[in-house]
Amino acid sequence: MNASRIKPPMTEDNGWWWEEVGRDRLPIQRCTACSTLRHPPRPMCPRCRSMAWDFIEAAGRGTLFSYTVLHHPQFPGYDYPLTIAIVDLEEGGRICTQLVDCERDDIKIDMPLEMFIHEDADGFKLPMCRPAA
Amino acid sequence: MSTALHNTAAIAGIGQTTYSKCSGVSELALACEAVSRAIDDAGIEPGEVDGLVTYTLDSSDEVEVANSVGLGDLTLFSQINYGGGAAVGLVHQAAMAVATGSAKNVVVWRGMNGRSGKRMGQGVSGTIISSDIIHWSWYMVYGMLTPASWIAAFTTRYMHEYGATSEDLGRIAIAQRKFALNNPNAAGYGRPLTMDDYLASRLVAEPLRLYDCCQETDGGCALLITSVEHARDLRQKPAVIRGVCQASSRGQEQMTSFYRDDMTSLPEMELAARQVYAQSGLGPDDIDAACLYDAFTSEILVQLEAFGFCARGEAKDFIADGALEIGGRLPNNTHGGLLSEGYIHGVNNIAEGARLIRGTSCNQPEGVEHVLISSGVGVPTGAMILGQA
Ligand SMILES: [Zn+2]
Repeated sequence: MNASRIKPPMTEDNGWWWEEVGRDRLPIQRCTACSTLRHPPRPMCPRCRSMAWDFIEAAGRGTLFSYTVLHHPQFPGYDYPLTIAIVDLEEGGRICTQLVDCERDDIKIDMPLEMFIHEDADGFKLPMCRPAA
Repeated sequence: MSTALHNTAAIAGIGQTTYSKCSGVSELALACEAVSRAIDDAGIEPGEVDGLVTYTLDSSDEVEVANSVGLGDLTLFSQINYGGGAAVGLVHQAAMAVATGSAKNVVVWRGMNGRSGKRMGQGVSGTIISSDIIHWSWYMVYGMLTPASWIAAFTTRYMHEYGATSEDLGRIAIAQRKFALNNPNAAGYGRPLTMDDYLASRLVAEPLRLYDCCQETDGGCALLITSVEHARDLRQKPAVIRGVCQASSRGQEQMTSFYRDDMTSLPEMELAARQVYAQSGLGPDDIDAACLYDAFTSEILVQLEAFGFCARGEAKDFIADGALEIGGRLPNNTHGGLLSEGYIHGVNNIAEGARLIRGTSCNQPEGVEHVLISSGVGVPTGAMILGQA
């Protein structure tokens, strides 16, 4: 397969996140004023309105909150059936990602998952998840 | 709570084009035809129209429509964001303009080559449908690009928590297809649908199948909104706006509100329900028919709960015995809806709501006093209640 996945445009608000993923880390943005975690990243904390933030590195453990298996339409750069997972992270917060290495009938809501950083053939890295070992 | 929008404005004109899979004309042509027909239906002159409202996604500028249709001075022009979430919001803009005197006769429309042109079901890749590109990028990167995929993620969790089944979704698709069999302008006209057909249809985004997904349609639909007082003097029986609102809630994203604790309810639709019930002084028991936004079948279940027709998780029981069909508790989308008439982004559902008040639906239930209509599900949205003059 020659086509590659659609890449996220990078701005001040999300570029840093992808840079951390490129360093094989799964970051979760954290308000430095009130310590609230937030994902997806945004410039201001909705709890205290601080614009100061850093991030924590997630351990990568989570559970499957919901999912969908995509069949149609099919886009170049992706393998089908394509399982999209909504994952509750152990630290708190939720992430939308791809579930791999799991047979269709083995996909169960609340199943334990582990996140990992996948690298495409073109070198682009992004978080994915698979059933916990 | 706004009371200025209670019994102030009415839908006095409906215009629609033929709905098809290939119009052969421009989106501007569809818009002009629909707008022109709404004006004629109401029985006013083009020069009397002083307001125009459409979707940010509509490709036809207000002034281009005005020049084609021969409109005169405009004192209101506005566009509403969020795809189908805009639908009732157009009427909300128009009603506010009428209530404040900003405009007297407002036409709202949507004209789209939704099948032969830009197909929304084909996803947000290529042409990004929103300026909110960073938002979409969190999902695009994983190939989660289509409305079906976003709604499916909610539907999986809903079915898991409440035990709803594919057959429950199928019942909704079949009920609306039955209505379409009496609507010559519907995509489902002449195409009956059985549960076997439904269950055999291909998976699109699990748990959603082909027949859980709305049509992709070329067509235009427009409505003329004016004061109740003026509407009484016009050609058609007015559909009086008892209440109309927009609604968005904490944690709202455009189609991807995945980060709320609960993924099985619609806080924004519950907000819309509170507003229109308070504005109108009505409750779910007063609603005789509905046109709930139906881009996907599962959206109906969660809306029945948001609008209080049944308790959380009980929509599957509510619909089990034909509640959404003629003679049922709440005939819903009696024209076939987005699922089986066509996808004119919800404006065609509002048009049906007005027809239900006029008594001219192709599947007219008896004794319709009040109709509930909603905008898109999963996006910033809105709702409206129409009643008799
Ligand atoms: Zn904070």
